[in-house]
Amino acid sequence: MDIKSLKSDFPIFKNIPSLVYLDSTATSLKPKSVIDKEIEYYEKYSANVFRGVYKISEKATEEYEETRKIIADFINAEKTDEIIFTRSTTESINLVAYSLGRKIINQGDDIVTSIMEHHSNFVPWQQLALENGATFKVIDITDDGFLDLDFAMLDKIITKKTKILALTYISNVLGTINPIKKIAKAVKSINPKVIVVVDAAQAVPHMNVNVQDLGCDFLTFSSHKMLGPTGVGVLWGRYELLAEMFPFNYGGEMIQEVYIDKTIFKSPPHKFEAGTPHISGVIALKEAINYLKRIGMDHVRAHEKKILHYAIDSLETEYGKKIKIIGPRTLENRAGIVAFTFAGYHSHDIAQVLDEEGVCIRAGHHCAMPLHNRLGVNASARASFYIYNTNYDVDMIVNGLKKVIKILG
Amino acid sequence: MNIYSEVILDHYRYPRNFGSIKDPSKRSVLFNPSCGDKIELDVIFKKDKVEEIKFRGQGCAISQASASILTDHVLGKAKDELKKIDKEFMIKLLGIELGPNRIKCALLPLEALHKLIS
Repeated sequence: MDIKSLKSDFPIFKNIPSLVYLDSTATSLKPKSVIDKEIEYYEKYSANVFRGVYKISEKATEEYEETRKIIADFINAEKTDEIIFTRSTTESINLVAYSLGRKIINQGDDIVTSIMEHHSNFVPWQQLALENGATFKVIDITDDGFLDLDFAMLDKIITKKTKILALTYISNVLGTINPIKKIAKAVKSINPKVIVVVDAAQAVPHMNVNVQDLGCDFLTFSSHKMLGPTGVGVLWGRYELLAEMFPFNYGGEMIQEVYIDKTIFKSPPHKFEAGTPHISGVIALKEAINYLKRIGMDHVRAHEKKILHYAIDSLETEYGKKIKIIGPRTLENRAGIVAFTFAGYHSHDIAQVLDEEGVCIRAGHHCAMPLHNRLGVNASARASFYIYNTNYDVDMIVNGLKKVIKILG
Repeated sequence: MNIYSEVILDHYRYPRNFGSIKDPSKRSVLFNPSCGDKIELDVIFKKDKVEEIKFRGQGCAISQASASILTDHVLGKAKDELKKIDKEFMIKLLGIELGPNRIKCALLPLEALHKLIS
């Protein structure tokens, strides 16, 4: 992978040559080809989808639906109709909590999630449990940042009462890559009816994901974290489940027939896509996936692993016990995310000083308050890596932290 | 402009009025949900004037310095005067330019103060 030529694909580096962007976990930068694809829609066939019988509407529909096919192929879905476009991962999860959760959750049922979840895979389930009198169970983590799951004792957590298990594939703070396939298999062997929902927002952009191999029931991710436009989320779900679920929004383009006294809805995926979608965003997401496919997801993962190794090594060599890196020590189970606390300095101050050096990192609790409480820290600083990052970017953090000490004393 | 000015850093390193008061007339606690920062204020009013005020909490240099500067400023002032301290005045008191994110850190102590007298 030639990073230098790859970086030239991203216009932001032409506009801000000194930019050191280390917050791809929040959102990724965009290559020119993705931006061009979005412009192409507005300049060449900016009509609504599914409505027109005229040529440019047909072209827009064709481009829009092609993205669905490419995504189905990218995550190895069995059917293209299992791909639903939403606004975000957050909306995808809320869709499942609303359209399926309301249907299957009753008083006395269990909903299980983990302490390492992003709020978007925590709060919807917590609220669903509260509203329906279900029990909300939260799997803890071990001190080294793994899910605290003893597979021999899994039936202590997963029982006949468990209806939904919602887990993240990769923690956006710890970087932990959870063994979803192993967990899904073990869970279903205890209770085959458990619906396994996977938040893959940090996984799909960074590694190969195969939904059929994972054995889960739903999997969600966002366009903007994988080089695509903001405002587009993806939900994959098993077709037979999608077919049984309530619609999410009611309105245009999700109906088959409407009468004064009743409405017949379309089949999935259109049942879940009421209203005019983010057409240009969906179309440009296709180009983002094609861009990633040209690099190869194995190469993406290998590249990030190398930088991760270099980052942990450099930071600990330079700062020893002053720096505390959060999460697993084994690179095999860890994505390119390094959250840390540093010598008692507040993460906002670290991020502010680094920003003055042109280095963008995240500070705060990264939408994971329960996790930070569990770790016993208020906040952390976080650097995350993607295809355009290099060891130089890591050196910039190491040097920036020297400046933090110099300024704040 | 560097937000870590000499004045800010001095208050951050050597905070004035840091600590707690045993039997305060009032106590207020405030959280900044965006970063998990926390500030606690204890005050003793005598004849409606601030006789003693102490703060403690966890936070960034800006929020800690802001608490130090603000508590220093309000010592000896009447309740009515405290009510008049607004955002603009607080920012002027700090003497630095702040972006939209850090302004929340800077104003947290003021919010805690207003809670104290509400």
